[in-house]
Amino acid sequence: MTLNVLEGSMAVAESVRLCNPDVIAFYPITPQTHIAQEIATLIADGKLKCQHIEVESEFSALSAVIGSSAAGSRSYTATSSQGLALMHEVLFAAAGMRLPIVMNVVNRALSAPINIWNDYQDSVSERDTGWIQLYAETNQEAVDLTIKAFRIAEDKRVLLPIMVCMDGFFLSHTMEPVDIPKSIGNFIPKYKPTHAYLDSKRPMSQGTFAYPKPYNTLRHELSKTIDKSNIVIREVNEEFSKKFKRSSGNGLIDTYKNDRKISIITMGSLAGNLRYVVNKRDDCGLLRIVSFRPFPKCDIIDALKDKETVIIFEKDISLGTSGGSLFEEIRSALYSLDKKPKIIGVVCGIGGVDVKTDDIEKIIESADTMDNGKIVWLS
Amino acid sequence: MAEDEKVNIAGIVTDVGNTKMKKTGSWRTEIPTVNMDICTGCGICKQFCPDGCIVIENKKCIIDYDYCKGCLICENVCPFKSITSKREDK
Repeated sequence: MTLNVLEGSMAVAESVRLCNPDVIAFYPITPQTHIAQEIATLIADGKLKCQHIEVESEFSALSAVIGSSAAGSRSYTATSSQGLALMHEVLFAAAGMRLPIVMNVVNRALSAPINIWNDYQDSVSERDTGWIQLYAETNQEAVDLTIKAFRIAEDKRVLLPIMVCMDGFFLSHTMEPVDIPKSIGNFIPKYKPTHAYLDSKRPMSQGTFAYPKPYNTLRHELSKTIDKSNIVIREVNEEFSKKFKRSSGNGLIDTYKNDRKISIITMGSLAGNLRYVVNKRDDCGLLRIVSFRPFPKCDIIDALKDKETVIIFEKDISLGTSGGSLFEEIRSALYSLDKKPKIIGVVCGIGGVDVKTDDIEKIIESADTMDNGKIVWLS
Repeated sequence: MAEDEKVNIAGIVTDVGNTKMKKTGSWRTEIPTVNMDICTGCGICKQFCPDGCIVIENKKCIIDYDYCKGCLICENVCPFKSITSKREDK
């Protein structure tokens, strides 16, 4: 294993090269990150052979890869913040057409006011589109999740698009030692589409009009498929950890010293700070959500069932509910428990504000005196 | 996909050319009728029909009621007023 010191975006570009996509489409200007730049360089240097399409908007970027994926090729794109928001309409189409597209989302805040820094508002707002969403803690994990994402998306039991989310700047623009495997061998076999492809001998219509009853059936199928995709995510994570000797927890959640009475929960790179706090103290453990969609309800219930207090740190807010989406969903997951832990939600890091370990500790210390269901805004 | 059709993964339709089986004429509320005595078979209605439901046979205009949706553009463009419409009872 050789470690290279790489920026998050570069590392992700390298991992995409290993997966050999056939078609890549990017909108090349802001809010695009340098994932697009690095991949374009790899293509220009002849290190990655694929069809590269530069389009005029993110809406077109995703539309182009929907087209290429529907024609039966492995397709990839990347975007960030406002770009993801512009893709909103076509995100549903990609999931509904069951196209195994992989997209890296570099998480950054949404306007207004205009802000380019990190929070999860962009991707968390797209949680109901039918895309699988995986969140990386480190650059290494962003690389690993991108590789796994192709495998998960193309599994016959899944056939769904995947967003691999990584924190803007904290990961995408930060240098970290990363292991880029020399080759991934047959971990990702050549893509052989089974349901959607272009073949004059077997013509088909995709993304057609459907009357209420078939539409209803297909949406139900989609819902059942994304629910069941957790099995595949777990399997692929296990196979990856056997081959490359590292994993993202069990693929869905990652725990760290989670046998203590308080559990602190987060997604993405903030887990680094929380790990530091967990190491410093002896009363709290960490639960990190890797897969936000499908939401690993059973795993979360299992990890939190004996806890006294659960504190959720998240960088997004579901406006109108005072708290974040992760808080609401974990609270509803724990509803089935007889002995429910006290739940506190912390909205932090909005618009790229630093989340300091001192502030995290203060909240953990004052959790005893807080009301159940309280939401704290950390700024 | 029609109401009673078998649903494939992602709603993919593999029996192509099935539009012909879907008789969209049932959407119609107004029905155009041609007075064959006046019609000269000039073909202007054929050019304007957005659904391609009109053919000219033996210098007369024939409307395919299986697919005509009753937009009545033909009635509007006919220079001889040979096409008239009325509400269709179902």
